[in-house]
Amino acid sequence: MKFIDEYRNVPLALDLLARIRRRASRPWVLMEVCGGQTHSLLRHGIDAQLDGAVELIHGPGCPVCVTPEVAVDAAQNLALHPGVVLATFGDMLRVPGGRRTLHEVRAAGGQVKIVYSPLDAVELARRTPDRQIVFFSVGFETTAPATALAVLHADRLGVDNFSLLVAHVCVQPAMEAILQAGVCRVQGFLAAGHVCTVLGYDSYVAFVNRHRVPVVVTGFEPVDLLAGILECVEQLESQSFRVANCYPRSVRPEGNRRARQIVEQVFEPADGPWRGLGTISRGVLRLRDEWGRFDAARRFGTLAAQTVDCATECRAGDVLAGQIKPPECPAFGTRCTPDAPLGAPMVSSEGACAAYFQYRRVPVDATIGSSPLEILPS
Amino acid sequence: MCLAIPGRVIRWICRDPLLATAEIEFSGVRRVCHMACTVDAVEGDYVIVHAGVAISQVDAVEARRALRDLQLLGEDVFPPESAP
Repeated sequence: MKFIDEYRNVPLALDLLARIRRRASRPWVLMEVCGGQTHSLLRHGIDAQLDGAVELIHGPGCPVCVTPEVAVDAAQNLALHPGVVLATFGDMLRVPGGRRTLHEVRAAGGQVKIVYSPLDAVELARRTPDRQIVFFSVGFETTAPATALAVLHADRLGVDNFSLLVAHVCVQPAMEAILQAGVCRVQGFLAAGHVCTVLGYDSYVAFVNRHRVPVVVTGFEPVDLLAGILECVEQLESQSFRVANCYPRSVRPEGNRRARQIVEQVFEPADGPWRGLGTISRGVLRLRDEWGRFDAARRFGTLAAQTVDCATECRAGDVLAGQIKPPECPAFGTRCTPDAPLGAPMVSSEGACAAYFQYRRVPVDATIGSSPLEILPS
Repeated sequence: MCLAIPGRVIRWICRDPLLATAEIEFSGVRRVCHMACTVDAVEGDYVIVHAGVAISQVDAVEARRALRDLQLLGEDVFPPESAP
Protein backbone atom coordinates (compact mmCIF):
# COMPACT_ATOMS: atom_id res chain seq x y z
CA MET A 1 0.00 0.00 0.00
CA LYS A 2 1.42 3.36 -1.03
CA PHE A 3 2.64 5.53 1.88
CA ILE A 4 2.86 2.44 4.09
CA ASP A 5 5.15 -0.04 2.30
CA GLU A 6 7.91 2.56 1.89
CA TYR A 7 8.06 2.91 5.65
CA ARG A 8 8.60 -0.81 6.13
CA ASN A 9 11.94 -0.73 4.31
CA VAL A 10 14.09 -3.23 6.21
CA PRO A 11 17.56 -1.87 5.28
CA LEU A 12 16.50 1.64 6.25
CA ALA A 13 14.97 0.40 9.50
CA LEU A 14 18.16 -1.50 10.33
CA ASP A 15 20.24 1.56 9.61
CA LEU A 16 18.09 3.69 11.92
CA LEU A 17 18.31 1.02 14.58
CA ALA A 18 22.10 1.02 14.35
CA ARG A 19 22.22 4.81 14.55
CA ILE A 20 20.05 4.84 17.66
CA ARG A 21 22.28 2.27 19.34
CA ARG A 22 25.41 4.20 18.40
CA ARG A 23 23.99 7.54 19.55
CA ALA A 24 22.55 6.44 22.92
CA SER A 25 25.22 6.91 25.58
CA ARG A 26 22.89 5.58 28.24
CA PRO A 27 19.50 3.83 28.28
CA TRP A 28 16.91 6.57 27.68
CA VAL A 29 13.30 6.07 28.75
CA LEU A 30 10.70 7.11 26.19
CA MET A 31 6.93 6.84 26.21
CA GLU A 32 5.05 6.09 23.01
CA VAL A 33 1.71 7.70 23.69
CA CYS A 34 -0.51 5.85 21.25
CA GLY A 35 -1.64 2.25 21.55
CA GLY A 36 -1.27 1.83 17.80
CA GLN A 37 2.42 2.66 18.19
CA THR A 38 2.71 0.15 21.05
CA HIS A 39 1.34 -2.64 18.88
CA SER A 40 3.61 -1.74 15.98
CA LEU A 41 6.71 -1.61 18.22
CA LEU A 42 6.00 -5.04 19.67
CA ARG A 43 4.80 -6.58 16.43
CA HIS A 44 8.01 -5.68 14.64
CA GLY A 45 10.24 -6.44 17.61
CA ILE A 46 11.60 -2.91 17.75
CA ASP A 47 11.42 -2.61 21.54
CA ALA A 48 13.49 -5.78 21.94
CA GLN A 49 16.09 -4.64 19.43
CA LEU A 50 16.57 -1.38 21.34
CA ASP A 51 17.14 -3.16 24.63
CA GLY A 52 19.95 -1.39 26.49
CA ALA A 53 19.73 1.77 24.36
CA VAL A 54 16.12 2.84 24.75
CA GLU A 55 13.41 1.61 27.07
CA LEU A 56 9.90 2.16 25.76
CA ILE A 57 7.17 2.74 28.29
CA HIS A 58 3.71 2.28 26.90
CA GLY A 59 1.38 5.23 27.28
CA PRO A 60 -2.32 5.51 27.95
CA GLY A 61 -3.18 6.09 24.30
CA CYS A 62 -5.86 3.47 23.95
CA PRO A 63 -9.28 5.16 24.21
CA VAL A 64 -11.06 1.87 24.72
CA CYS A 65 -8.81 1.16 27.70
CA VAL A 66 -9.32 4.49 29.45
CA THR A 67 -13.10 4.71 29.03
CA PRO A 68 -14.38 4.68 32.61
CA GLU A 69 -16.47 1.81 33.90
CA VAL A 70 -19.32 4.17 34.67
CA ALA A 71 -19.60 5.03 30.96
CA VAL A 72 -19.58 1.35 29.98
CA ASP A 73 -22.30 0.70 32.56
CA ALA A 74 -24.37 3.58 31.19
CA ALA A 75 -24.01 2.15 27.69
CA GLN A 76 -25.20 -1.23 28.93
CA ASN A 77 -28.24 0.34 30.58
CA LEU A 78 -29.08 2.18 27.39
CA ALA A 79 -28.77 -1.02 25.35
CA LEU A 80 -31.41 -2.56 27.62
CA HIS A 81 -33.72 0.47 27.49
CA PRO A 82 -36.91 -0.21 25.48
CA GLY A 83 -36.77 1.24 21.98
CA VAL A 84 -33.04 2.03 22.13
CA VAL A 85 -30.31 0.58 19.92
CA LEU A 86 -26.81 1.24 21.19
CA ALA A 87 -24.30 1.67 18.36
CA THR A 88 -20.56 1.61 19.00
CA PHE A 89 -17.17 0.47 17.75
CA GLY A 90 -16.54 -3.29 17.89
CA ASP A 91 -13.72 -2.92 20.40
CA MET A 92 -16.14 -1.71 23.07
CA LEU A 93 -18.16 -4.91 23.23
CA ARG A 94 -15.82 -6.90 25.44
CA VAL A 95 -14.67 -4.06 27.69
CA PRO A 96 -15.65 -4.89 31.27
CA GLY A 97 -17.99 -2.49 33.02
CA GLY A 98 -18.68 -2.75 36.72
CA ARG A 99 -20.20 -6.21 36.40
CA ARG A 100 -20.32 -7.33 32.79
CA THR A 101 -19.62 -6.42 29.17
CA LEU A 102 -21.77 -5.09 26.34
CA HIS A 103 -21.25 -8.45 24.66
CA GLU A 104 -22.94 -10.14 27.61
CA VAL A 105 -25.68 -7.53 27.62
CA ARG A 106 -26.32 -8.23 23.93
CA ALA A 107 -26.50 -11.96 24.64
CA ALA A 108 -29.06 -11.14 27.33
CA GLY A 109 -31.28 -9.31 24.84
CA GLY A 110 -29.74 -5.84 24.80
CA GLN A 111 -29.79 -4.02 21.47
CA VAL A 112 -26.16 -3.41 20.46
CA LYS A 113 -25.02 -2.65 16.92
CA ILE A 114 -21.39 -2.45 15.80
CA VAL A 115 -20.61 0.39 13.42
CA TYR A 116 -17.45 1.41 11.59
CA SER A 117 -18.12 5.13 11.84
CA PRO A 118 -20.29 7.47 13.94
CA LEU A 119 -21.73 8.62 10.61
CA ASP A 120 -23.01 5.07 10.06
CA ALA A 121 -24.98 5.44 13.31
CA VAL A 122 -26.67 8.56 11.92
CA GLU A 123 -27.54 6.63 8.78
CA LEU A 124 -28.90 3.78 10.93
CA ALA A 125 -31.08 6.31 12.79
CA ARG A 126 -32.34 7.74 9.50
CA ARG A 127 -33.30 4.26 8.27
CA THR A 128 -34.98 3.20 11.55
CA PRO A 129 -37.09 6.17 12.68
CA ASP A 130 -39.03 4.00 15.15
CA ARG A 131 -35.88 3.37 17.21
CA GLN A 132 -33.68 5.66 19.27
CA ILE A 133 -30.07 5.22 18.11
CA VAL A 134 -27.49 6.09 20.75
CA PHE A 135 -23.87 6.17 19.61
CA PHE A 136 -21.46 5.32 22.45
CA SER A 137 -18.65 7.60 21.35
CA VAL A 138 -15.16 6.87 22.59
CA GLY A 139 -11.86 8.04 21.18
CA PHE A 140 -9.11 10.63 21.20
CA GLU A 141 -8.85 13.78 19.14
CA THR A 142 -8.41 11.52 16.09
CA THR A 143 -11.99 10.29 16.39
CA ALA A 144 -13.62 13.47 17.66
CA PRO A 145 -14.06 15.01 14.16
CA ALA A 146 -16.07 11.97 13.05
CA THR A 147 -18.30 12.14 16.12
CA ALA A 148 -18.76 15.91 15.84
CA LEU A 149 -19.57 15.49 12.16
CA ALA A 150 -22.23 12.94 13.10
CA VAL A 151 -23.95 15.53 15.29
CA LEU A 152 -23.80 18.13 12.53
CA HIS A 153 -25.16 15.64 9.99
CA ALA A 154 -28.02 14.64 12.30
CA ASP A 155 -28.84 18.31 12.80
CA ARG A 156 -28.73 19.14 9.09
CA LEU A 157 -30.72 16.06 8.06
CA GLY A 158 -33.27 16.41 10.88
CA VAL A 159 -32.46 13.01 12.37
CA ASP A 160 -34.02 13.46 15.80
CA ASN A 161 -33.74 9.86 16.96
CA PHE A 162 -29.94 10.04 17.16
CA SER A 163 -27.96 10.90 20.29
CA LEU A 164 -24.52 10.44 21.82
CA LEU A 165 -23.20 8.88 24.98
CA VAL A 166 -19.96 10.83 25.04
CA ALA A 167 -16.74 9.36 26.44
CA HIS A 168 -14.16 11.26 24.37
CA VAL A 169 -10.77 11.95 25.94
CA CYS A 170 -7.89 14.33 25.21
CA VAL A 171 -4.27 13.20 25.03
CA GLN A 172 -2.16 16.18 26.04
CA PRO A 173 -3.75 16.66 29.49
CA ALA A 174 -3.01 12.99 30.17
CA MET A 175 0.65 13.52 29.25
CA GLU A 176 0.70 16.38 31.77
CA ALA A 177 -0.79 14.08 34.40
CA ILE A 178 1.81 11.40 33.70
CA LEU A 179 4.69 13.86 34.14
CA GLN A 180 3.18 15.18 37.35
CA ALA A 181 2.79 11.72 38.89
CA GLY A 182 4.91 11.03 41.96
CA VAL A 183 7.08 8.50 40.15
CA CYS A 184 7.71 9.25 36.51
CA ARG A 185 10.62 7.82 34.56
CA VAL A 186 9.60 9.23 31.16
CA GLN A 187 12.34 11.33 29.57
CA GLY A 188 10.78 11.91 26.17
CA PHE A 189 7.53 11.39 24.29
CA LEU A 190 6.66 9.94 20.92
CA ALA A 191 3.49 11.94 20.35
CA ALA A 192 0.54 10.23 18.69
CA GLY A 193 0.70 10.84 14.94
CA HIS A 194 -3.00 10.75 14.18
CA VAL A 195 -4.00 12.86 17.17
CA CYS A 196 -1.50 15.45 15.90
CA THR A 197 -2.91 15.09 12.38
CA VAL A 198 -6.06 16.69 13.76
CA LEU A 199 -4.64 18.94 16.50
CA GLY A 200 -1.23 19.80 15.08
CA TYR A 201 1.76 20.22 17.35
CA ASP A 202 1.96 23.95 18.02
CA SER A 203 0.30 23.31 21.37
CA TYR A 204 3.24 21.11 22.44
CA VAL A 205 5.72 24.01 22.35
CA ALA A 206 4.61 25.31 25.76
CA PHE A 207 4.57 21.71 27.06
CA VAL A 208 8.19 21.18 26.01
CA ASN A 209 9.28 24.48 27.51
CA ARG A 210 7.46 23.72 30.75
CA HIS A 211 8.73 20.18 31.23
CA ARG A 212 12.02 20.20 29.30
CA VAL A 213 11.35 16.92 27.50
CA PRO A 214 11.45 16.08 23.80
CA VAL A 215 8.10 15.67 22.08
CA VAL A 216 8.43 14.02 18.69
CA VAL A 217 5.37 13.58 16.51
CA THR A 218 5.67 10.00 15.31
CA GLY A 219 3.87 7.72 12.87
CA PHE A 220 3.11 4.03 13.06
CA GLU A 221 5.28 2.09 10.64
CA PRO A 222 8.74 0.77 11.63
CA VAL A 223 10.69 3.50 9.83
CA ASP A 224 8.35 6.15 11.28
CA LEU A 225 8.83 4.82 14.80
CA LEU A 226 12.60 4.48 14.51
CA ALA A 227 12.93 7.98 13.04
CA GLY A 228 10.93 9.34 15.99
CA ILE A 229 13.02 7.42 18.50
CA LEU A 230 16.26 8.59 16.88
CA GLU A 231 15.11 12.22 17.01
CA CYS A 232 14.19 11.82 20.69
CA VAL A 233 17.59 10.28 21.48
CA GLU A 234 19.41 13.04 19.56
CA GLN A 235 17.60 15.67 21.63
CA LEU A 236 18.28 13.88 24.90
CA GLU A 237 21.96 13.41 24.10
CA SER A 238 22.34 17.09 23.25
CA GLN A 239 20.01 18.17 26.08
CA SER A 240 18.28 20.46 23.61
CA PHE A 241 14.55 19.95 23.68
CA ARG A 242 11.97 20.91 21.09
CA VAL A 243 8.89 19.70 19.28
CA ALA A 244 9.88 17.75 16.17
CA ASN A 245 7.66 16.33 13.45
CA CYS A 246 8.69 12.91 12.17
CA TYR A 247 5.32 12.27 10.51
CA PRO A 248 5.20 15.21 8.09
CA ARG A 249 3.32 13.38 5.35
CA SER A 250 0.21 13.59 7.55
CA VAL A 251 0.85 16.22 10.24
CA ARG A 252 1.04 20.02 9.81
CA PRO A 253 2.01 22.37 12.65
CA GLU A 254 -1.54 23.67 12.97
CA GLY A 255 -3.16 20.28 12.36
CA ASN A 256 -6.29 20.08 10.25
CA ARG A 257 -8.02 23.44 10.77
CA ARG A 258 -11.31 22.29 9.29
CA ALA A 259 -11.39 19.20 11.54
CA ARG A 260 -10.58 21.31 14.60
CA GLN A 261 -13.36 23.77 13.74
CA ILE A 262 -15.86 20.94 13.45
CA VAL A 263 -14.82 19.53 16.83
CA GLU A 264 -14.83 22.93 18.54
CA GLN A 265 -18.27 23.69 17.13
CA VAL A 266 -19.73 20.64 18.85
CA PHE A 267 -17.55 19.82 21.87
CA GLU A 268 -15.78 21.65 24.67
CA PRO A 269 -13.09 20.39 27.06
CA ALA A 270 -14.02 19.45 30.61
CA ASP A 271 -12.50 17.80 33.65
CA GLY A 272 -13.32 14.12 33.67
CA PRO A 273 -12.34 10.58 34.60
CA TRP A 274 -9.95 8.26 32.79
CA ARG A 275 -10.00 4.62 33.76
CA GLY A 276 -6.85 3.93 35.74
CA LEU A 277 -5.67 7.53 35.83
CA GLY A 278 -8.46 9.25 37.78
CA THR A 279 -9.91 12.67 36.99
CA ILE A 280 -7.81 14.66 34.54
CA SER A 281 -8.16 18.40 34.22
CA ARG A 282 -9.59 19.22 30.77
CA GLY A 283 -9.03 15.56 29.96
CA VAL A 284 -12.41 14.83 28.34
CA LEU A 285 -14.78 16.37 25.81
CA ARG A 286 -18.45 17.13 26.41
CA LEU A 287 -21.20 18.37 24.12
CA ARG A 288 -21.65 22.13 24.12
CA ASP A 289 -24.98 23.24 25.60
CA GLU A 290 -26.37 24.19 22.20
CA TRP A 291 -26.13 20.52 21.15
CA GLY A 292 -27.67 19.25 24.39
CA ARG A 293 -30.61 17.71 22.53
CA PHE A 294 -28.16 15.14 21.15
CA ASP A 295 -26.94 14.19 24.63
CA ALA A 296 -28.21 10.71 25.53
CA ALA A 297 -27.69 11.42 29.22
CA ARG A 298 -30.20 14.27 28.99
CA ARG A 299 -32.57 12.43 26.69
CA PHE A 300 -32.78 9.29 28.80
CA GLY A 301 -32.13 10.66 32.27
CA THR A 302 -29.85 9.02 34.75
CA LEU A 303 -29.53 5.61 33.23
CA ALA A 304 -26.01 5.31 34.54
CA ALA A 305 -26.30 3.03 37.51
CA GLN A 306 -23.79 3.24 40.28
CA THR A 307 -20.72 1.33 39.30
CA VAL A 308 -19.74 -1.42 41.63
CA ASP A 309 -16.03 -1.52 42.28
CA CYS A 310 -15.23 -5.18 41.97
CA ALA A 311 -12.14 -6.36 43.76
CA THR A 312 -9.72 -7.60 41.11
CA GLU A 313 -6.05 -8.34 40.81
CA CYS A 314 -5.98 -6.49 37.48
CA ARG A 315 -3.31 -3.75 37.42
CA ALA A 316 -4.59 -1.99 34.30
CA GLY A 317 -4.28 1.40 35.99
CA ASP A 318 -0.55 0.92 36.54
CA VAL A 319 -0.13 -0.31 32.96
CA LEU A 320 -1.99 2.70 31.57
CA ALA A 321 0.09 5.11 33.66
CA GLY A 322 3.29 3.48 32.39
CA GLN A 323 4.25 2.33 35.89
CA ILE A 324 4.52 -1.37 35.01
CA LYS A 325 4.76 -3.51 31.89
CA PRO A 326 1.87 -5.95 31.33
CA PRO A 327 3.84 -9.12 32.21
CA GLU A 328 4.46 -7.66 35.68
CA CYS A 329 0.75 -8.02 36.45
CA PRO A 330 0.15 -11.27 38.36
CA ALA A 331 -2.90 -12.12 36.26
CA PHE A 332 -1.28 -11.52 32.85
CA GLY A 333 -1.67 -14.39 30.43
CA THR A 334 -3.14 -16.75 32.98
CA ARG A 335 -6.25 -15.46 34.70
CA CYS A 336 -6.43 -12.52 32.25
CA THR A 337 -6.42 -13.23 28.51
CA PRO A 338 -8.13 -11.63 25.48
CA ASP A 339 -10.82 -14.32 25.71
CA ALA A 340 -11.44 -13.68 29.40
CA PRO A 341 -10.09 -10.20 30.15
CA LEU A 342 -10.01 -8.67 33.61
CA GLY A 343 -9.06 -5.24 32.32
CA ALA A 344 -9.66 -3.17 29.20
CA PRO A 345 -6.00 -3.16 27.98
CA MET A 346 -6.32 -6.93 27.42
CA VAL A 347 -9.44 -6.39 25.30
CA SER A 348 -8.67 -3.63 22.92
CA SER A 349 -6.82 -4.21 19.68
CA GLU A 350 -4.53 -1.39 20.83
CA GLY A 351 -4.26 -2.28 24.51
CA ALA A 352 -0.74 -2.84 25.84
CA CYS A 353 -1.71 -6.09 27.58
CA ALA A 354 -3.21 -7.48 24.38
CA ALA A 355 -0.04 -6.51 22.49
CA TYR A 356 2.17 -8.38 24.96
CA PHE A 357 -0.22 -11.35 24.94
CA GLN A 358 -0.14 -11.51 21.15
CA TYR A 359 3.56 -10.93 20.58
CA ARG A 360 5.42 -11.65 23.84
CA ARG A 361 4.02 -14.67 25.59
CA VAL A 362 7.33 -16.37 25.01
CA PRO A 363 10.67 -14.82 25.93
CA VAL A 364 11.82 -12.12 23.53
CA ASP A 365 14.94 -14.04 22.51
CA ALA A 366 12.82 -16.91 21.27
CA THR A 367 10.59 -14.66 19.15
CA ILE A 368 13.41 -13.19 17.13
CA GLY A 369 14.55 -15.26 14.24
CA SER A 370 17.78 -14.99 12.33
CA SER A 371 16.91 -11.50 11.12
CA PRO A 372 17.88 -8.82 13.62
CA LEU A 373 14.62 -6.99 12.90
CA GLU A 374 11.42 -8.57 11.78
CA ILE A 375 9.37 -6.25 9.63
CA LEU A 376 6.18 -8.17 9.20
CA PRO A 377 3.81 -7.83 6.29
CA SER A 378 0.55 -6.06 7.01
CA MET B 1 -8.53 2.93 17.88
CA CYS B 2 -6.60 5.73 16.23
CA LEU B 3 -5.82 3.46 13.30
CA ALA B 4 -6.01 5.47 10.09
CA ILE B 5 -4.94 4.32 6.66
CA PRO B 6 -4.08 6.07 3.41
CA GLY B 7 -6.35 5.68 0.44
CA ARG B 8 -6.59 7.24 -3.03
CA VAL B 9 -9.44 9.56 -3.96
CA ILE B 10 -11.16 7.92 -6.94
CA ARG B 11 -14.08 10.32 -7.43
CA TRP B 12 -16.00 12.92 -5.57
CA ILE B 13 -19.63 12.01 -4.84
CA CYS B 14 -20.96 14.98 -2.86
CA ARG B 15 -19.37 18.42 -2.70
CA ASP B 16 -21.54 19.89 0.06
CA PRO B 17 -18.97 21.20 2.61
CA LEU B 18 -20.65 19.40 5.51
CA LEU B 19 -22.00 16.27 3.83
CA ALA B 20 -19.01 15.84 1.48
CA THR B 21 -18.24 12.27 0.38
CA ALA B 22 -15.87 10.63 -2.06
CA GLU B 23 -15.06 7.12 -3.21
CA ILE B 24 -11.68 6.10 -1.79
CA GLU B 25 -9.59 3.09 -2.79
CA PHE B 26 -7.56 1.14 -0.23
CA SER B 27 -5.40 -1.57 -1.83
CA GLY B 28 -8.05 -2.29 -4.44
CA VAL B 29 -11.01 -2.05 -2.07
CA ARG B 30 -13.27 0.95 -2.59
CA ARG B 31 -15.55 2.56 -0.06
CA VAL B 32 -17.36 5.86 0.38
CA CYS B 33 -15.71 8.14 2.94
CA HIS B 34 -16.66 11.47 4.42
CA MET B 35 -14.55 14.37 3.18
CA ALA B 36 -15.74 17.36 5.23
CA CYS B 37 -12.25 17.73 6.75
CA THR B 38 -10.38 17.42 3.43
CA VAL B 39 -12.48 19.47 1.01
CA ASP B 40 -9.42 20.52 -1.02
CA ALA B 41 -8.40 16.98 -2.00
CA VAL B 42 -8.63 16.22 -5.70
CA GLU B 43 -9.02 12.94 -7.52
CA GLY B 44 -5.74 11.01 -7.40
CA ASP B 45 -4.69 12.51 -4.07
CA TYR B 46 -4.19 10.27 -1.07
CA VAL B 47 -6.10 10.95 2.13
CA ILE B 48 -5.74 9.35 5.56
CA VAL B 49 -9.04 7.88 6.72
CA HIS B 50 -10.13 7.16 10.27
CA ALA B 51 -13.58 5.92 11.29
CA GLY B 52 -14.96 6.66 7.85
CA VAL B 53 -13.70 10.26 7.79
CA ALA B 54 -10.67 11.55 5.89
CA ILE B 55 -8.68 13.48 8.49
CA SER B 56 -5.68 14.46 6.39
CA GLN B 57 -4.47 14.85 2.87
CA VAL B 58 -1.15 13.03 2.41
CA ASP B 59 1.63 15.46 1.53
CA ALA B 60 3.48 13.47 -1.12
CA VAL B 61 6.33 15.97 -1.28
CA GLU B 62 6.92 15.74 2.46
CA ALA B 63 6.64 11.96 2.30
CA ARG B 64 9.42 11.73 -0.28
CA ARG B 65 11.56 14.38 1.42
CA ALA B 66 11.37 12.68 4.81
CA LEU B 67 12.42 9.33 3.33
CA ARG B 68 15.26 10.93 1.41
CA ASP B 69 16.47 12.75 4.54
CA LEU B 70 16.42 9.53 6.54
CA GLN B 71 18.41 7.67 3.93
CA LEU B 72 21.01 10.42 3.90
CA LEU B 73 21.44 10.09 7.63
CA GLY B 74 23.22 6.76 7.60
CA GLU B 75 26.18 5.41 5.71
CA ASP B 76 24.91 1.86 5.19
CA VAL B 77 21.33 2.28 4.11
CA PHE B 78 21.36 -0.49 1.58
CA PRO B 79 23.53 -3.61 1.63
CA PRO B 80 26.32 -3.64 -1.02
CA GLU B 81 24.68 -6.28 -3.23
CA SER B 82 21.66 -4.06 -3.85
CA ALA B 83 23.67 -0.91 -4.45
CA PRO B 84 23.34 0.51 -7.96
